[in-house]
Amino acid sequence: MCATCGCGDAPDAHDDEHEHSHVLPDGTVLRHRHAHESGPSRLIAVERDILAKNDHIAAYNRGFLAARGTLCLNLVASPGAGKTTLLERTLADLRGEVPLAVIEGDQQTDLDAARIRATGVPAVQVNTGKGCHLDAAMVRRALARLDPPERGVLLIENVGNLVCPAGFDLGEAAKVVLASVTEGEDKPLKYPDMFAASTVMLVSKADLLPHLDFDVTALVANARRVNPGIEVFVLSARTGEGMAAWYGWLRARLAQAAEPVV
Amino acid sequence: MHEMALALNVIDIAAEAARAHAAARVLRVRLRIGALAAVEPEALRFCFAAAARGTPVEDAALEIARTDGRAWCAGCGRTVVIGSRAAPCPECGAAQLLVTGGEDLAVQDLEVA
Repeated sequence: MCATCGCGDAPDAHDDEHEHSHVLPDGTVLRHRHAHESGPSRLIAVERDILAKNDHIAAYNRGFLAARGTLCLNLVASPGAGKTTLLERTLADLRGEVPLAVIEGDQQTDLDAARIRATGVPAVQVNTGKGCHLDAAMVRRALARLDPPERGVLLIENVGNLVCPAGFDLGEAAKVVLASVTEGEDKPLKYPDMFAASTVMLVSKADLLPHLDFDVTALVANARRVNPGIEVFVLSARTGEGMAAWYGWLRARLAQAAEPVV
Repeated sequence: MHEMALALNVIDIAAEAARAHAAARVLRVRLRIGALAAVEPEALRFCFAAAARGTPVEDAALEIARTDGRAWCAGCGRTVVIGSRAAPCPECGAAQLLVTGGEDLAVQDLEVA
């Protein structure tokens, strides 16, 4: 049936448009021409960023955190790079000095949030289900539950994944990517988007270097190839080696974040 | 597979624009995706077709216009086209490139009925 006039002709009965007639109840005969199919199509200009909704919520989160003077960092890495261990050590060392809070992202379980709470720091677990990354709306809901401290540090541990979290702004001040020395030096070249999106690279598990053929200089060169400005700290959360420089960076960024917004 | 999240956003944006223009059905969605936007077009097509079922966007054709990755080379000072962030400068081989374009991820326009 023609959707334009309701006549019984099949839409494919005519190539393009055709003329036909309708007889009204009073005997009047109407003749008209139109194309069959479901009527004329129209073009609508949209020009909208696909991630506009996420970016909008991220901007809300960023404003919420700025008003509290909270420094928010988004920790990203492949699974097993040592994100949770780095967090535990950082929290244990800075607990007495800086108010801290954590949002833990994983597909399943609240094991990581339990590990964080064991250090005495408040933590909220976000389970993404089958999702491969945190998004800004998940963080907004977590912020409402967590009530992060003023002039403190909020650390978000993203889902272990070097691909998807790169594209999703959560409202953080910076992304911090971990690359462990048990991975390859070529990680930044294989996953360039994540290293390009990060402000800092932490080279973790450095205490294992004597047992490995890992070339830290090559890793750093590869990271700078995709992100010339990336800051690098080589450290071990297990022995504490190199942690002081990372804390120095954190304190400097916190001082900036905690400055009153005029 | 963040393509599913992107597909859901595309469908939301298209359905909302169609509603705003009193259109019953979306026939075609045209996206603009840069070479450096970290999106796999085939995965996006698959997710789009699956997630559009039961929405006004169902069965819409998905057209993807690609834009080149562009970067400024600190080695030779030229603006060059690159296929990946990790690629060296195709002109001088230098590795220090500053990306200047090709990160687009946008819904450009729709054809509706």
